[in-house]
Amino acid sequence: MTVAPAPPKPPDPDVLPVGGPLATALVGLGDWTLFSQRAISGMFRRSFSGREWLRVAVDIGLNSLSVVIVTGLFIGMVLAVQTYNQFHTVGLETSLGAVIHLSVVRELGPVLSSVMLAGRVGGAMAAELATMRVSEQIDALACLGVDPVKHLVAPRFLACLLMIPMLTVFADIAGLVGCTIICLHVYGIDTHHYWEHSRNYVGVWDVFVGVAKAFVLGGVMALIACHRGFHSKAGAAGVGRAATQAFVFAFVSIIVLDFVLSMFANSVHDIVWPDAKSKVI
Amino acid sequence: MADPVIQLRGVSVRFGRQQVLRNLDLAVEPQQTVCVIGESGCGKTVMLKLLVGLLKPTAGDVLFEDRRVSDLSETELTRMRLRMGFLFQQAALFDSLTVFENVAFGLRAKGGVAEADIRSRVRDRLTEVGLTAAAEPKMPAELSGGMRKRVGLARALALDPDVMLYDEPTTGLDPIMTDVINELILRTRGRRPVTSIVVTHELRTVHKVADRVVMLEPVARLTPDEPQVLYDGPPAGLATATDPRVREFVEGDAARRIGAEE
Repeated sequence: MTVAPAPPKPPDPDVLPVGGPLATALVGLGDWTLFSQRAISGMFRRSFSGREWLRVAVDIGLNSLSVVIVTGLFIGMVLAVQTYNQFHTVGLETSLGAVIHLSVVRELGPVLSSVMLAGRVGGAMAAELATMRVSEQIDALACLGVDPVKHLVAPRFLACLLMIPMLTVFADIAGLVGCTIICLHVYGIDTHHYWEHSRNYVGVWDVFVGVAKAFVLGGVMALIACHRGFHSKAGAAGVGRAATQAFVFAFVSIIVLDFVLSMFANSVHDIVWPDAKSKVI
Repeated sequence: MADPVIQLRGVSVRFGRQQVLRNLDLAVEPQQTVCVIGESGCGKTVMLKLLVGLLKPTAGDVLFEDRRVSDLSETELTRMRLRMGFLFQQAALFDSLTVFENVAFGLRAKGGVAEADIRSRVRDRLTEVGLTAAAEPKMPAELSGGMRKRVGLARALALDPDVMLYDEPTTGLDPIMTDVINELILRTRGRRPVTSIVVTHELRTVHKVADRVVMLEPVARLTPDEPQVLYDGPPAGLATATDPRVREFVEGDAARRIGAEE
């Protein structure tokens, strides 16, 4: 028996005829850019309630503090354990603090804090806004003459922008404490040389780069999470998908942006301090 | 005949491959109460969302007082929305706010109203929908379905709208609460010169509140040349409508359709 071929499907008018997934991704990026622009303008016009901002800021800052500190502490400890043998073999164990402190302050502190918060806060923000979308609360805001993006996204964006760098400072401190405990009290590295090397290699610029990265990564994470929440599909599956997408998109963006920001920071450092190249890792 | 407050002219809406509204024409006169009925998926809620600019038509024009909604600036759109009250299907109360704050939300967002005035207007609206001051501090999660709808109605009425849009106001409510909501729709109309569009499946609501009924058919069930409006007339004419699909809907009779599908 021969089966007649199925008739060709009519083209979907909402899908661009050229590019397929790439075009869809570009349209999505454009939509996110406009969404972000609206949220940022809402932040400057302060078109949201201070109480809402405070609620979100407390949730992000205070409720994430313990998680960030524990993560930072153990990352510092693990790095010390993993790298001690290599440095000890070549007699450079007193430099361990400098290398680990620099790694924590410039890279691991901001990246891990942002990733942790993309999971804890980004997923929750996406789910909350997705639920508001599904239950028509976002439509209700528009009907009451309020711009939902400015009202809901601006306070979340501002809270992440301020809280994530602060949490990064706590993660940095915890990482340094963890590393120091292992280096000085477990491996018995000479205290004077340990701190001397750290002081020589980790400066204000490194702390500034780490905090600046957290500022950018935190803001981008918030905008991605809120955008996913706003574009949730109906039903429980839609809300779940929005929360998952918020984490995945934010995670990938954090990793990619971290690379770009590191390159940029190193270039700026080279321009401002051309004789201090050896300090840049 | 007065100029229509709301007009749909040749409006079509499509989501991807799914056509929801097709070449729909509708004009609603001031102070008229129009009930829009039809099967699930025929585009009733989509039509309401077009009127407040929450959705945009794929083709055709939506007009409010002879002005195209799509031509309005952001400020004009906000001003238009403030003249419309929208009661959502599940009330859409803000979860993180109390009943009082929900009803006061629009007044506070609009600005220029003293806190004492807000307090008295919120009280008045809650009284109007049959709720006492005891309900004010409650959170939406603590309310029954009927109370949520009443708070949603109070919130919609707080800004003294010229047009009220009701999206399935009695769905999911018991017969007594359904009648309470129907009475509130009638009283709202009695107290102020408001134009109302009520989207509903409930024929008791239609017979109680409507001046005019419009029945829509899902586009998927229509032939390419058929209009989407199957009936447009007074509620009393529904039972004697010439189109058998209207009578089947009114009588809740699916025998012909099940037969056709088998």
